[in-house]
Amino acid sequence: MRYLVSVIHDRDQPDDPSRRPAISAFNERLIEEGYWVFAGGLADTDAATVVDNRGEEPVFSDGPFLESKEYLAGVWLWDVPDLDVALRLAAEASEACDRKIEVRPFV
Amino acid sequence: MIDVEEVIAGVHREEWARIVAALTRRFGDFDVAEEAAAEAFATAVERWRSDGVPPNPGAWLTMTAVRKAIDRIRRENTRDDRHREARMLYDTPPEPSHVIEDDRLRLIFTCCHPSLAMQTRVALTLRMVGGVTVAEIARAFLVQEAAMARRITRAKSKIKAAGIPYRVPSAEDFPRRLSGVLAVLYLMFNEGYLTGGEASDPVRLDLTGEAIRLTRLLHALLPDDGEVTGLLALMLLAEARGSARLSSDGELVTLDEQDRRAWDRGLIDEGQRLIRGRLFAAAEGTPPGRYQLLAAISAVHTSAADFADTDWSQILALYDRLSRIDASPIVALNRAVAVAEIDGAETALDLVDQLAGSLDDYHAYHATRADLLRRLGRPEPARSAYERAIALTGNSAEIAVLIRRRDQMLANEERP
Repeated sequence: MRYLVSVIHDRDQPDDPSRRPAISAFNERLIEEGYWVFAGGLADTDAATVVDNRGEEPVFSDGPFLESKEYLAGVWLWDVPDLDVALRLAAEASEACDRKIEVRPFV
Repeated sequence: MIDVEEVIAGVHREEWARIVAALTRRFGDFDVAEEAAAEAFATAVERWRSDGVPPNPGAWLTMTAVRKAIDRIRRENTRDDRHREARMLYDTPPEPSHVIEDDRLRLIFTCCHPSLAMQTRVALTLRMVGGVTVAEIARAFLVQEAAMARRITRAKSKIKAAGIPYRVPSAEDFPRRLSGVLAVLYLMFNEGYLTGGEASDPVRLDLTGEAIRLTRLLHALLPDDGEVTGLLALMLLAEARGSARLSSDGELVTLDEQDRRAWDRGLIDEGQRLIRGRLFAAAEGTPPGRYQLLAAISAVHTSAADFADTDWSQILALYDRLSRIDASPIVALNRAVAVAEIDGAETALDLVDQLAGSLDDYHAYHATRADLLRRLGRPEPARSAYERAIALTGNSAEIAVLIRRRDQMLANEERP
């Protein structure tokens, strides 16, 4: 099954570059074990633009669709046998990043 | 003459979990399994009345449930289901019986999966493993039936959509997942035990009884696990004292005031036997976990002829061990109660006061303080502690005993 695994940042907890080696090591293991499909970090939500073209013409608004203290800072896409495997990896991911992680299945 | 209803009730108790578990494995779908099992029992009620009870009721029900499930899948008949149908018709070799035992374990672990909310795990376990109806579960938790049905439906869809596997966890995950299952069963038991004071609803589901039944099942499936045995012993020793816990006017009777002749000797003997067996095993290696220590504490209490006779030093020693594996303030609070019996109320109060920061919103903290202050002859602070405890308690039987103690204390004060 495929899962979108989101890294949730908190505005009160600044980014910690010292985590990067742990995250890289974790990524290498994901690739080795065949679970890794895709991963990417996201720029700050200030860089987001919301587009709404449900009306007569497209409306562009500056910023994320939801303003909140917590925001999505990066995603993985994993292909694993089931939720138990996904949760075990997510627990390691949370430790490596020192962040909360959301695991959500694709339909 | 055989009472068919009674036979069906008995078979339901014995076979429900087995049927749902086997169907879930075969069809890979909780919803199909649950509905087909329920339909099979409904059919049994009709058929057995006219045709008599079949020689092997469990096999009859399983066969009927399998047919119901196949009918449903054919009715829905989407492309995915046709694949599934082909698979279930041709790819299901007969399983040896030990694998069938395993199915019920799979069912329990899946219902108690950590990705489900705690209350959902309790409800789902009661429905899928216990075979309790949604209406009964709703009534037990004082929610609308429709709301409970939605909660259970949502859980079943999450299991499917999120890819929660139908299996006993891997060796690596097993200990943590098993303690998760035990937490669900203990919560179920306590839900029944603590709200037992308000049993104004005579048709209300016996949650403590259900929790014991399910823990017995788990114990039968994992007979060598010390914590499963410990939890079962703990529940039996608490249940044994159930009828002595409430006075005729609905007041909670604390351990020191209980009529010990009203305790259920059969349950006490069984609980004590289970925990003694474990403490032997523990002496040889694995140290006892939380439930075994709590059960051992209950065993000491239930061995005493009366409250004054209680072996407090043994209870304190057990709480010391418990605090080493569970440093929670609630354990520390209960430990302080034992300290009061050995070193006196003053020493205990010092210990209790240190817990103010973490337990200020917990009624038992204030109730314990109130009793200690009363024993120390300090009615004013005792009175305000009783009042805090009364305000924080939701249980009417507990409120009744707190009010009586406070009023008795104040009446003694006013006497010249």
